[in-house]
Amino acid sequence: MPETALLEIDNAERVFGGGRTLFGRALPAVHAVQGVSLDVRKGETLGVVGESGCGKSTLARLIVGLDRPTAGRITFDGRDLVADARRDPRALARRVQYVFQDPVASLNPRKTIRAILEAPLRHLLGLDRSGREARLGELMEAVNLAPEFLDRYPHEFSGGQAQRIGIARALAADPELIVLDEPVSALDVSVQAQVLNILDGLKTRFGLTYVFISHDLSVVESVSDRVAVMYFGRVAEIGPAREIFAAPRHPYTHLLLKSAPVPGKRSLIPEDANTELPDPYNPPPGCAFHARCPRGTDICLAKHPALERVSGAAAHEAACHHPVDEGGHVRA
Amino acid sequence: MSDTAAAGSAGRMHKPRKRGRPSTLRLLFNNTLATTGLAVLVAIVLAALAAPLLPLPDPDVTAPADRLLRPLAEGHLLGTDALGRDILSRLIWGTRVSLAVGLSATLIAAFFGSLIGLVAGYAGGRVDTFLMRGVDMVMAFPYILLALAIVAALGPGLINALYAIAVINIPFFARNIRGITIGLSRREFVDAARLSGKSSAAILFGEVLPNVLPVIIITMSTTIGWMILETAGLSFLGLGAQPPQADLGSMLGDGRKILFTAPHVSIIPGLMIFALVMSINLFGDGVRDVLDPRLKSGALTRPVARTAVAQEREAEPRRHSGSVLDVVGLNTQFHIGGDIYRAVGGVDLHLKPGECLGIVGESGSGKSVTAMSLMGLVPTPPGRITAGSAWLEEEDLFSVDDERIRQLRGADVSHVFQDPLSTLHPLFTIGDQLTEAIMAHRPMRRSQADEKAEELLRLVRITNPAERLKVYPHELSGGMRQRVCIAMALANDAKVIIADEPTTALDVTVQAQILSLLDALRRESNAAILFITHDFGVVSAVCDRVAVMYAGRIVETGETEVVLARPAHPYTGKLIDCVPVLGQPGRRLDAIEGRPPVVNNLPAGCAFAARCERAEADCREGDIPLAAFGEGRAVRCLHPLKGEAADA
Ligand SMILES: Nc1ncnc2c1ncn2[C@@H]1O[C@H](COP(=O)(O)OP(=O)(O)OP(=O)(O)O)[C@@H](O)[C@H]1O
Ligand code: SF4
Ligand code: SF4
Ligand SMILES: [Mg+2]
Repeated sequence: MPETALLEIDNAERVFGGGRTLFGRALPAVHAVQGVSLDVRKGETLGVVGESGCGKSTLARLIVGLDRPTAGRITFDGRDLVADARRDPRALARRVQYVFQDPVASLNPRKTIRAILEAPLRHLLGLDRSGREARLGELMEAVNLAPEFLDRYPHEFSGGQAQRIGIARALAADPELIVLDEPVSALDVSVQAQVLNILDGLKTRFGLTYVFISHDLSVVESVSDRVAVMYFGRVAEIGPAREIFAAPRHPYTHLLLKSAPVPGKRSLIPEDANTELPDPYNPPPGCAFHARCPRGTDICLAKHPALERVSGAAAHEAACHHPVDEGGHVRA
Repeated sequence: MSDTAAAGSAGRMHKPRKRGRPSTLRLLFNNTLATTGLAVLVAIVLAALAAPLLPLPDPDVTAPADRLLRPLAEGHLLGTDALGRDILSRLIWGTRVSLAVGLSATLIAAFFGSLIGLVAGYAGGRVDTFLMRGVDMVMAFPYILLALAIVAALGPGLINALYAIAVINIPFFARNIRGITIGLSRREFVDAARLSGKSSAAILFGEVLPNVLPVIIITMSTTIGWMILETAGLSFLGLGAQPPQADLGSMLGDGRKILFTAPHVSIIPGLMIFALVMSINLFGDGVRDVLDPRLKSGALTRPVARTAVAQEREAEPRRHSGSVLDVVGLNTQFHIGGDIYRAVGGVDLHLKPGECLGIVGESGSGKSVTAMSLMGLVPTPPGRITAGSAWLEEEDLFSVDDERIRQLRGADVSHVFQDPLSTLHPLFTIGDQLTEAIMAHRPMRRSQADEKAEELLRLVRITNPAERLKVYPHELSGGMRQRVCIAMALANDAKVIIADEPTTALDVTVQAQILSLLDALRRESNAAILFITHDFGVVSAVCDRVAVMYAGRIVETGETEVVLARPAHPYTGKLIDCVPVLGQPGRRLDAIEGRPPVVNNLPAGCAFAARCERAEADCREGDIPLAAFGEGRAVRCLHPLKGEAADA
C-alpha cells in the first residue's frame, strides 16, 4: 500500500455555540469534534464508526469544506484545505466530494436529474453543452441507471436509485476523495448491497479514495481498509480494519463489537449496563468513556488518555490508559 | 442490478400513483365554496376588464338634474349619486381601480417581503438580525396608523395609498417566507448545490426559491382581499382616490353623508366590496388547501378511532389452540383514488404465551400494517380490514365492539413503537404518564399507582426510579425513553406486546441492552412478543420463530436458527445473502435485482417471480399456498431451496 497521505487532519476541533452574551455571561459550548488527528492515504477506504452524536458528520463536513474547524489543521494533498475552501471553494469541490445520508433530501424536489447533475459540470468543470451531454451519459452508465431517467424528478425514484444519483453527482467533477456520510443507512438491505457494490466498482475504476462514515459495523467492516472508531468527539481507536475487528484494544470498540447483532447469535449483553453518554455541555474530566468502562481506574478520571500506538503489525492506535490485551478476542 | 431494464417498469409505476392521488385542479373544483368564490371573482374581473367596451356613460360626468335617482331608473340601472353620476358605471370603473390597486400592492409587498425573507432566512446571522429587526419595527406600529402616517408624509392620492398598503404588508410576507427559507436552507440539497459549485445567489434563487414559490402564492392569495379592503379604507377616509376618480372606498365615503336619504349610494359599493373580498378569500382558502402538501395526502379527512372492518368479512375459526394470539387469513387494504392496495394479503400467524415471533421484510412489505391491524390502529380511511380473524385467546378482535377494544388496548395487548417520543407526551412527567396508563385500566388510589409506577421502572432496570418519575421525556436519553415505553407496555400485565422496530432508532450498544431487556422480561412476565424488524441480526438475538414477509404475505416461517441457517424460500435466501455480516468482511454481497411489486398491481402467481432465479412457468399462475415444509416450518414456494445456496 502506498504510504502517501492524501488527507491529513491534525488536531482538528469544532466547537458549536460558546462565546458570551451582551452581558458577559458565557454561553454553553459543545465540542463536536475535539483533537482529532488522522490521515487518509491515497486509494484507501477509511471507515469511521461511532454512535449518534459522536461527531462523525461534523468531521465529514470539515473535510469537504462545508464547515470550518475552530482549531487545528486539515491538509489535502499538501495544501491547507481550510484556506483553500475559503479562497476558492470550487477548486476544492473539484477534488473532494460528498455523498449524503438521505438520498431523497439531498436532491432538490423541483429539479430534474439532468439539472442536478449538470450543475457541477457547468460550475466546476465549465463544460460546454456537448461536453456536458457526453459526461452525463458516462455518469449514468457509471452508476448503472438508464439515460431516460435524466428528465425525471427525484420523487419518481426509489431510495437506492436516488442514492445512485447522489453518487453520480459526487462523481461528476471527477474528484479524488469522496466522503460518504452514512450512504446506505437509509436504504433497505437488498438495495444497500447494490449501492455498496457500485461504490466498490467505482473506486477501482476511477482510483478513488473514500472516507466511509457509518454506524453499522458490519458495513464498515466490509468496505474499509482502515477504521477509526469515534467516541464523544474524539478518536478512540484507529488502525487496520482487520486488526480493529479481530482484536480491538479500546474497551469502547470492544463493547461496540459485542453489541452488534449478528445473524445466528443470541444476545449476550447484560441488560442493565450504563449506556448514558456524558453531557456534552458539561464533559467529564479525563476519559469520556469512564462511566461505562469496566477497566476504568483513577488515572482515567484524572488524565485524558492520548491516542498512542499499541503493539500490533501496522499503526494501530488507541486512546486508553488500560487497553484490552491483544488476546482479548471478541468472538470466541 | 441494472436499472437499465427497470426503466420501463419505473415509468409504468409512476402512472398509477398519479391516478391514485387526486389532481390539484380536481381537488380545487371539489371544494364548492372555493368554486363559488372563483365564479363570482371571474364575473367581477371580467366586468372590470370589459369596462371600456361596455356601453356605460362616463363615470365622472356630473348631471345635477339627475341627482340621487333610485336604482332601476330610466337609463341608470343602479341609479345616480349626489352629483348625478351613473352608479353602475362608477361601480365598474371603481372596481377596476380597486382591483388594480389591490393587486399591485400585493405584488409589491410580495416581492419585497419575500426578498427580505429569503435573504434573511438564507444568510442568517447578522444579516438576518438586521433585516428582521427592521421588519419588527414596522410591525410595532398599529397597522392603520402607519398607513395614515405614510400617506400623510407622501400626500393623499391613490398611488401613495398603494405604497402605504404595500409597505405595511411587507412584514407579513417577510416573516412567513423567512421561516420557510430557514427550514429549506438547512436541507441537504442546499449543501449538495454548494458542492456542485453554485454561488450563494444561484442557490438562493435557483434552488430555494422554486421550493418557496408555492408558499408565496398561498400567502398572496390569502392577503389580496385584505389589501383591497385596506385601500378602500384609505379612500373612504379621503386619503386614497381623489375626486372625481371612483374607487370602491371613495364611493362608499361619498354615500356616507346621505346614508339615510339615499342608502343605495353607499350600499351598492359596500355590497361590491363584500362580494369581491369574500370571493377572493374563499378562492384563496381553496388554493391554500390544495397547495398544502399535508392536505393532499388526505390528512384532513379525519380517520376514525378504529380501523373499519368490512361487513362481508366472515370470521375464521381458530387454528392453534393454546396460543394467546392466533391470526387467521388477515387481509388489510387501502382504498386510494380508484386503486386498491393489498397491503396485507392473507397473513396467518400465532403466538404462544411467552413466545417471541419476529416478522422481517423490506420496507413496504406490510409488517407494520399487519401489526397495526390487530388492534384496529390502521387509519380509516383509507385502510380497512377485509377478511380474516385475530383471536386473542377466545375473542375475535375484529368482532368485538369498540368499548372492548378500548379496554384491551394498552392492557392485554400493548405496543412499543420505533420512536419513543411519539408515545410519550412531552409536557407530562414520566410518573404522570405511567400512573395514568395504570389507572386507565385499573381504578386505584394515586399513591398506589405511584408505587406501581416505581416498580415498573425498576422492572425495566432504570436506576433511581423514584427520582426518574419526576422528569420529563426530553430529559432522558433515547434508550431510557424506550425503557419507559416498555414499562408502559407492561403496566397492565400485557399478554401480547407488539414491538414495531423498537430498537431501529437506537445506537448499537443501547439496542443490545433493550433487546436483552425485552428477552428477559418476556420470560419473567410470560408475555408473548410480536417483534417487527428488518434486521436478521436483531431477529437472531430475541426471536424464537421468524416469519418473512414479501408484498403483503408471509413467504416463509419457522424456527429462527433453522430458517437463517437453511432458508427454503429463494427470497429469504437472497435477503440473507445481501447483508454484510460482522466477522465476514470478505463475503460477497449479492444484491437482489429489481424491486418488490407495488401492492395495487400484484402479478398472478408468485409475487417474487420477476426477481427469482428459480422461477418456472408454473410460478406465474394460480395462488401459491404457504405449504408445510418439515417440522414447524412453512414455505410459499413451488421450487424451494433444499439446503443449497440461494443463488446456486
Ligand atoms: N396510511 C396509509 N395509507 C395508504 N397506504 C398505506 C398506509 N400505511 C401503509 N400503506 C401501504 O401499505 C403497504 C405496507 O406498508 P407497511 O407500513 O406495513 O410496511 P412495512 O413493512 O412496515 O415497511 P417499513 O419497513 O418501511 O416500516 C405499503 O405499500 C404502504 O405504502
Ligand atoms: S482510559 Fe480508562 S476509562 Fe477510558 S477506556 Fe481506557 S480504561 Fe476505560
Ligand atoms: S414460487 Fe417460483 S418464483 Fe416464487 S419464489 Fe418459488 S421458485 Fe421463485
Ligand atoms: Mg414499518
